[in-house]
Amino acid sequence: MAENLSVKHLLGIKHLTLDDIQLIFKTADHFKEVINRPIKKIPSLRDITIVNLFFENSTRTRISFELAERRLSADIINFSASQSSVSKGETLIDTVKNILAMKVDMVVMRHPNPGAAVFLSKHINASIVNAGDGAHEHPTQALLDAYTIREKYGDVKGKKIAIIGDVLHSRVALSNIFCLNKLGAEVTVCGPATLIPQYIQELGVKVNHNLKETLNWCDVAMLLRIQLERQGVNFIPSLREYAMTFGVNLDTLNKIERPITIMHPGPINRGVELSSDAADSKHSLILTQVENGVAIRMAIIYLLAGNITISNFS
Amino acid sequence: MQPKIIVSTPLFEIIINRLCQQLIENHNRFEESVIIGLQPKGIHLANRLTKRLQQILNVSIIPSGKLDLTFYRDDFRRRDEILIPNATEINVVLENKRVILVDDVLYTGRSVRAGMDALLAFGRPKDVELLVLIDRRFSRHLPIQANYIGKMVDTIVSEKVKVEWKEKEGEDRIILYSKSDK
Repeated sequence: MAENLSVKHLLGIKHLTLDDIQLIFKTADHFKEVINRPIKKIPSLRDITIVNLFFENSTRTRISFELAERRLSADIINFSASQSSVSKGETLIDTVKNILAMKVDMVVMRHPNPGAAVFLSKHINASIVNAGDGAHEHPTQALLDAYTIREKYGDVKGKKIAIIGDVLHSRVALSNIFCLNKLGAEVTVCGPATLIPQYIQELGVKVNHNLKETLNWCDVAMLLRIQLERQGVNFIPSLREYAMTFGVNLDTLNKIERPITIMHPGPINRGVELSSDAADSKHSLILTQVENGVAIRMAIIYLLAGNITISNFS
Repeated sequence: MQPKIIVSTPLFEIIINRLCQQLIENHNRFEESVIIGLQPKGIHLANRLTKRLQQILNVSIIPSGKLDLTFYRDDFRRRDEILIPNATEINVVLENKRVILVDDVLYTGRSVRAGMDALLAFGRPKDVELLVLIDRRFSRHLPIQANYIGKMVDTIVSEKVKVEWKEKEGEDRIILYSKSDK
């Protein structure tokens, strides 16, 4: 196994090698042990400053990153676009360059535009962690999903994973497809034809529009949120109809003969893609995903920070 | 310089037995004491000691654990390669216990410093002692000394001390060689 990441930034799963992913998982194993100790903080990153730049709303990801950074003893600055000079018309590069001028070492960024993190990496020196860029990638979510599957089944290789729902608008789906493919899982996407991108088979996945068939095939069903805020036109006739055709409830799950695991990146539209009884059932790994999210993010930040050179001492 | 064997069996076994007897002198039957091996190389010694102590004291369990100190090291970002951790396994409560930290070689003292910091994340022990198989005296970077010492060795910076174990390398012995031999 590699002793170091092949990348300076985490922009997307697309840019990672299999060795990188395995190294992140192995490191996360140790951080999972750390976050279950009586004292959950370690001093490794005490001379690192990280800015969390959120140009889009977030609860889970933001708290998870913040906890991961604090547990590593990094100094952190939180920034949300709505309360900043972005609303006065400042450009992304200007905003970031000004922050970096105050000696910040790492940027965690969520942005509504696909490619924002890649764009930024071409203009600044600091390490960048993509916390979601539009409908493009959400690499930390994919890593924590695959890590959770690995934890439950011992290995991701050969597992049958279904990604169900609004694949068209989902950065989680795209990152997961890249990640699961690299780890050797079989992936099927499922949803109404309007919400499955054309030519998605080119990425090495199968498409099935039948929920029942898909659920009977898979070991793990990853459900995606219907992203109402990203839909300019109506892709589905109504939420009620979607819930009836593609919604998963406990009754559906109990009818499946083989064991099945349910995952969801959150936030859940309860009663739409997933009913409450299914979300809170024994099949669900949703809260494990959240716990693992902190360990995975600690591992990524730790591994990226290890490459930041110390300038002030020399 | 040719590698030099400084300890081999039966002396190796005698040293282990002596260290066990010294521990028993201070810790009786280990009711309030815990042996913690420092990852990665202190683990073999800690295992050997606990096994031997179990035989001598005729008890089934000597409380013990493994501690990784990677995240507490003072050279993070100061090396070319990233510091990859080892497993920590501490399934005993350390609060108010008497802890014996165990490592194979005491050299600069930096690992032991990091180990003590790492240990405190698991509670506040009553006291902490240090046991090492080899003490490379006169080469300390920090004011740290061991309570129990297998053997003292005088070395220079360009030399390296390696402890080999029956379980791992097939033979119990301690070798001194210069770094260029490697």
